Amino acid sequence: MKYYSYFPGCSAEATAAPLGLSILPVAQELEMELIELDDWSCCGSSPFSSVDKLDAACMAARNLALAEKTGLDLVTPCSNCYVTLHEANTHLKEFPRLREQVNEALAAGGSGYRGEARVRHLTEVLYNDIGPDTIGSKVKKSLEGLKVAPYYGCQLVRPETGFDDPESPHSLDELVVSLGAEAVSWQLKAQCCGSSLIMTETEMALGLINKLLKNAYENGAQCIVTPCPLCQINLDAYQGQVNSKFKTDYQLPVLFCSQLIGVALGIKADRLALDRNIVSPMKLLAPYLT
Amino acid sequence: MNEVVTRAPTFIDEVCSIPGGEAINSCIQCGVCSGSCPTASQWDYSPRQVIAMVRAGLRQELLSSNSMWFCASCYKCTVRCPRDIKPTDIMHILETLAIRDGLSTRRSRTPVMYKAFVDSARGNGRVYELGMMLKLYLKTNPFAALKMAPVGLKLLLHKRMPIRPSRIKARGELKAIFDKARTLRGAP
Repeated sequence: MKYYSYFPGCSAEATAAPLGLSILPVAQELEMELIELDDWSCCGSSPFSSVDKLDAACMAARNLALAEKTGLDLVTPCSNCYVTLHEANTHLKEFPRLREQVNEALAAGGSGYRGEARVRHLTEVLYNDIGPDTIGSKVKKSLEGLKVAPYYGCQLVRPETGFDDPESPHSLDELVVSLGAEAVSWQLKAQCCGSSLIMTETEMALGLINKLLKNAYENGAQCIVTPCPLCQINLDAYQGQVNSKFKTDYQLPVLFCSQLIGVALGIKADRLALDRNIVSPMKLLAPYLT
Repeated sequence: MNEVVTRAPTFIDEVCSIPGGEAINSCIQCGVCSGSCPTASQWDYSPRQVIAMVRAGLRQELLSSNSMWFCASCYKCTVRCPRDIKPTDIMHILETLAIRDGLSTRRSRTPVMYKAFVDSARGNGRVYELGMMLKLYLKTNPFAALKMAPVGLKLLLHKRMPIRPSRIKARGELKAIFDKARTLRGAP
């Protein structure tokens, strides 16, 4: 059994509920003990660091301090939480004045950060600590015949955290292949989906999403798989908007990695929250579900 | 006798002094950032121009533009910059300065969304997505909410849009942290 401190992130409780729910049975099958960080708060996400740098750093540091106490690596399934906590951790190490100010503020809330937490993304942990070979050896229902477009999004592999190539990543492809599925080769696999700008610059973001769906579809994908909550919601929940705007008729299910792995591990559909995906993957996955 | 010459901090000093902005002086204006940016066509000034404007001290023009609000934080520019500048971080820095000085443009709804996000995170300790979205639409364009209603409804029906916010227990401690941070920043 491998032990980790677990940071779900706000989305995993709400818009990315299928992610938050499906991870738990998958982790169990893969003998990973994800111990939820007690009373974790918002990571200090990109919008936060665009409004107030010091508050954002305090928010991140509060979580890093909680993680440091556990002595375990802090693992998050959310790409934005990952990039935010990782960057805050680096800044707190590199900029003594920031660390001093943040610790002074944290002390007012009975906390303090020594700078010893290690932040990791769940996909990286699955790839490096568990590994495609081990995952493949635990597959109960091979996904043979399923054509999957692995969609990394941006923040999982950028900025360079050294885990995968930032422009031409391969880790997710290998995980998909380990499940018996075919990893479709497509050009936009690490291109931006528009992230939260879908709410404010909707027309522009729908254009970016359309390009992604078109590229995946034209390369023969039957579904898309992504680790990122924002990518998933943009491609899944807004697929209908794309279809109306661009007169298209995409019906591409967009799965979280944990959902796809779960299907191959023989976990039942309800435990993987497959009914919570907007574009239903049930018909496509029916031959593989136990 | 040697005379020590002091000067008032410039726009570029300001950006350089904030973590993530320190390398901006190395820019060679190659334009790789603009060429890599998936949203650059929408910006008043392209990413390359933004960097040049910081260095030229065009503070007011830049901070009141829509440019940095179109940054989706995809970090492609940061990965590709041959001078190890971090344009993504610089856009975030410019956003904070625009908000702090009340210069953020009304032509973009993104500053309002970000502020709603932060209010939610500060108050609850976590982000309450439904509340944040309602606040955004009420403050900007309530009619836009109607257009987005089908998406909201789908999320609601698929149990992905909880009606109630998730709150942390240590909200008191969190408030104390932010209160202290405000005094350290020197704001009222």
